[in-house]
Amino acid sequence: MSSRLSWFILLILVLGFAFLYGPMLVLITYSFNANKLMTLWGGFSVRWYPELLTDSQVLNAAKNSFVVASVSATFATVLGTMAGYVLARYRKFRGRLPFSGMVTAPLVMPEVITGLSLLLLFKQLDTWFGWPRSMGFTTVILAHITFCMAYVTVVMQSRFSTFDISLEEAAQDLGARPLKTFLVITLPIVAPAVISGWLLAFTISLDDLVITLFTNGPGSGTLPQLIFSKVRRGVDPTINALATIIIAVVSTGVITSHILMTRAERRRQRDIQLALQSNK
Amino acid sequence: MATDTTYQGSLPLGRQLHHIAMKLGLRPRTAVILVPYLWLMLFFVAPFLIVLKISFAQTIIAQPPYTPMFGPGSVPHEDLLLNYNRLFDDLLYINAYWSSLQLAFTSTVICLLIGYPMAYGIARCAPTTRALLLLAIILPFWTSFLIRVYAWMGILGKEGVLNNTLQALGIIDAPLNILYTPVAMYIGIVYTYLPFMILPLYANLEKMDLSLLEAAQDLGCRPWKAFCVITIPLSFPGIIAGSLLVFIPAVGEYVIPELLGGPNALMIGRVVYNEFAQNRDWPMSAAVAVAILLLLVIPIMLFQYFQNKAQEAPK
Amino acid sequence: MAAERAKAEASGQPWNDPDAVPYIRIENVTKKFGDFVAVNDVSLDIYRGELFALLGGSGCGKTTLLRMLAGFEQPTSGRIYIDGVDMADIPPYERPTNMMFQSYALFPHMSVEQNIAFGLKQDKVPAAEIKERVGNILDMVQMRQFAHRKPHQLSGGQRQRVALARSLVKEPKLLLLDEPLGALDKKLREATQFEIMNIQDRLGITFIVVTHDQEEAMTLASRIGVMNHGQIAQVGTPKEIYEYPNTKFVADFIGSVNLFEGQIVEDEPGHVVIACEETGRPIYIDHGISTAPGAYCWVAIRPEKMELLKTDPGSKSNCSPGIVKGVAYMGNLSIYLIRLDSGKEVKVTMSNQRRAAEHAIDWDDRVFVTWHANSPVALLS
Repeated sequence: MSSRLSWFILLILVLGFAFLYGPMLVLITYSFNANKLMTLWGGFSVRWYPELLTDSQVLNAAKNSFVVASVSATFATVLGTMAGYVLARYRKFRGRLPFSGMVTAPLVMPEVITGLSLLLLFKQLDTWFGWPRSMGFTTVILAHITFCMAYVTVVMQSRFSTFDISLEEAAQDLGARPLKTFLVITLPIVAPAVISGWLLAFTISLDDLVITLFTNGPGSGTLPQLIFSKVRRGVDPTINALATIIIAVVSTGVITSHILMTRAERRRQRDIQLALQSNK
Repeated sequence: MATDTTYQGSLPLGRQLHHIAMKLGLRPRTAVILVPYLWLMLFFVAPFLIVLKISFAQTIIAQPPYTPMFGPGSVPHEDLLLNYNRLFDDLLYINAYWSSLQLAFTSTVICLLIGYPMAYGIARCAPTTRALLLLAIILPFWTSFLIRVYAWMGILGKEGVLNNTLQALGIIDAPLNILYTPVAMYIGIVYTYLPFMILPLYANLEKMDLSLLEAAQDLGCRPWKAFCVITIPLSFPGIIAGSLLVFIPAVGEYVIPELLGGPNALMIGRVVYNEFAQNRDWPMSAAVAVAILLLLVIPIMLFQYFQNKAQEAPK
Repeated sequence: MAAERAKAEASGQPWNDPDAVPYIRIENVTKKFGDFVAVNDVSLDIYRGELFALLGGSGCGKTTLLRMLAGFEQPTSGRIYIDGVDMADIPPYERPTNMMFQSYALFPHMSVEQNIAFGLKQDKVPAAEIKERVGNILDMVQMRQFAHRKPHQLSGGQRQRVALARSLVKEPKLLLLDEPLGALDKKLREATQFEIMNIQDRLGITFIVVTHDQEEAMTLASRIGVMNHGQIAQVGTPKEIYEYPNTKFVADFIGSVNLFEGQIVEDEPGHVVIACEETGRPIYIDHGISTAPGAYCWVAIRPEKMELLKTDPGSKSNCSPGIVKGVAYMGNLSIYLIRLDSGKEVKVTMSNQRRAAEHAIDWDDRVFVTWHANSPVALLS
C-alpha cells in the first residue's frame, strides 16, 4: 500500500511536518544566539541557559507548576478513573446522559469560560462560606483537577470498555470480594492506562495558562504565567532557552517511552509465537 | 453464612462498614457514581449557574463588584437584560463575535485541508513508519502550547526570521507586515490545533477496511472516485470530531489573539478576559461568556454525540 | 438409606433411582433481561458426580443458567440449591462453585502458578499448603514446567489446562465449564475431552458443561439437557437423546435427521403404522406410542439407519423409491441425496466397507430407500 502513496500526499506530509517542526527548530537555534534580538545571528553562545537557570523567578514558577500539576494530575486520575469506570460499566443509571455530558464538555469548552466560571464560583463560595479567602494553590488545583479529569475519563473509559469483564468474574468466582477484585485484578491490569492518563493530566495542567490566569493569585504563579508575562513584552532569549529545554525533555521522554513500549510489544509478540510453536 | 446476625460481631472492620453502608442504602456502585458526579456538579455545573446569575447583575464598586440578585440593592427586573442589550447595541461585541467565528471557521477549514491528506498519508504508511509519524504528530502536543505560539512571534515579526530570510534572499525589499495581523492569528491557530484535527482523522482512517476500496475499484471505480465516494463518507465521523475539536476551542481562544493578533484583534475570548481583568466589569464579562456558550451549545452537543458514538461503537 | 443411595450412585444412574437426593436442584428458575426471557421456568436435578452438559444454540439461555449457578446473575424467580443450601443471597465469592470461563479469563499480570494459587489465597489457606496443592494440580494437568510463565506465553491448549487447574484447585462442590473447548482446534479438542473426563472421574467433582457442540456433549456427558428458547427441551443420556428424541427440535438439533409428516393409522402396544405421502408406502414402527389413531405426527429417521437398494425388496412398508440426486464421498462413508417419488429429498449415509465399486450407487440411479422397523421415531411435537 505504501508504494501507492501519491506524490501529492507525500508532498503534504513533508510540508506538514516542516510546518509543525520548523518553528521549534527556529526556537532551538536562536536559543544559542549570542545576540539578544531574534533579528540577527550574533554567533553561537550558551549564555541564555545559565541566565535562565539562575533566575529565581523562573525556578520558583517552575516549582509551583510542578506542585500544581502533580497534585492536580493525581486527583484528576482518581476521579477520572471513577468516571471512566462508571461510563464504561454502568450502562444504565438515572442521570447517565447529563453525567457523560458534564464529563466530556471540558474537553472542548473554551478556556476563558471555564476559567471565568470557576473564578466566579470561588468568589461566590467566599461570600457565602468565607472560603476560599484568596486565590492561590488551592483554587488553581481545584480548577485543574476539574478540567484534567475530563481527559483521564476519556482514556479510562476506552480502557474499561475493552476490559474483559470475565477476569473480574473469575476473581470473584475464586473467592475475592468486589473491592479486592478491583484492587488486585482490575487496577493492575489497567495500570498502563492509569499511568498514561496521569501523564496526560500532568502535561495538560503544566501547560495551562488561561484557566490559571483566572483562578490563581499572587505567590503561586506558574511557569506559563511567567512566560506569558515575559513574551507579551516581546521576544525574550531566555524564553528560547527555556523552550529548548522543554522540547528536549519532552522529546526524550516521549521517544524513550515509545522505544520501551515497542520493545515490550515485540518481546510479547515473540513470546506468543514461541508459545504457539511449543504446543505442537 | 453472612446472614447469621450473631456472627457479625467478629466480622472484620471492612465488612462491618460494608454492612452499615448497605443499611444506609449506599451501595458501592452508588458511591462510585456519586463522587465524580458531585465533583462535576460543584465545579462544572454550579459555576455556570453562577455565571448566568451574575450576567443579570450590574457592576458596582463593592466586594463582590456586582449587585446582589435579591434583596436591597438588587437590579430591578426591567434592567435584568441590560448587559445582553449592550451586547447587541455595542458594535464592539458583535464585531468580536463575528471575527471570532470567522477566524475559528476558516482555521478549521484550513486545518482540515492540511490535516486530511496528512492523516490519510500516515494511515497508509507501513506500520513502523506509521507509529513514528504518529509520534511526531503527538510530540508537539506534549510540549508547551504557549511556547509554540511564542515561536511565531520571533518568526513573523517585522525583524523576525521570516522577513530577514526573505530579504536576505532578495525576494522582498521591505519587510512584510504579518505579526499583529489576522494572518498571524490564522497561522497560530492552524499551527497549534492541527494535531487535534489529525488525530481523530487518523484514528478513523486507520481502521478503514482497505478491501472496500479494492472492491470499488474491482467494480470499475477509478481510484480518485473511490476516494470520494468511499473513503470520505466513511471518514465523516473523524472529520466531524476533528473539526469540532478545532472549532469550539478556537472560538474562545485568548492567548493567540493576545500574542499574535496585536492590540486591535478583538476576539471574543479576549473580550471576556479584558472585561473581567481590566474593566473589572464582572457582569458584562459573564454576559459575554453566556453568549459564547449559547453560540457553542449546538457544536458542543454534536461533539458529545459523536464522542459517545465512538466510545460505544467498539463493543 | 445411605446404602441404597450408594447403590444407586454406583449403578451410575442416580436419576433413575426415586430415592436419590439431587445434589444441585434448579427449581422453576426464570431469568428476564427487560422484556427478554433468557431462561424460562427451568427445573433440573443434577446428582453428585455427574458430568452434565447443557446443550443448545446461541441465545438458548444455557450460559445464563450457568451464570446463575455461579452467582453472576440473580434469577428473576425460582430457586437454586447446591447440596441442600439455597443460593439466593450468596454472592459468587461465597459459593461452593468454580467456573472455567469460555475466554479462560486468566489474569494476564500473574504467572501460571499465581493464577492457580489465587483462589486458595482468598480462602487464607496457609502458604505451605497452597504450594503443595498448586504443585499437585500442576502435575495433574502436566503444566509444572510452565509454572512461572505468564498467560500470553502459553498456547491455547496450555491456557485451557491452566484455566481448568485454577477452577479445580479449590475442589469446588460444583465445577462449571463454559464452552471449555470452544477455542481449541479439532485435534486438541478431542485430546482434552478425554483429559476432562479423566479428571472428573478421578476427583468425583460434579461438572456442568455448557456447549453448543453436540459431539462434545455426547462424548463428555453422563446426561445432556438440550435447551431451546430458554427452556429445557429434553434431558437424558447421550444415547437416549440421540436414539429417542422427544421432539422435532431435539431430533433435528442432535445429529442429522430425515423428518416425514404422517398420520397414525394403527396404534397398538406392539407397533404403530403411519400413513405418509412423502414416503409413499406406510411407515411401520415396532413399538407403540399410545396416542389416538388419526393423529398427525412426524417421523424421524437418522440417515445412517437407512439403506439403499438397487432393486425393489417388495415390502409393503418402510420402503420408498427415488432417484439419486447427489453423492458426497467422505472417505469412511458416503452421503447420498435421494429425491423420493413424492418430491421429498432425504439424506442417506452408508459406510464404505468395500473399496470395489461394482455395486456402486451413482447419480441418477433408481434406488429404494429402506429401514428397519425399530429405526423410526414418531414425534408428536
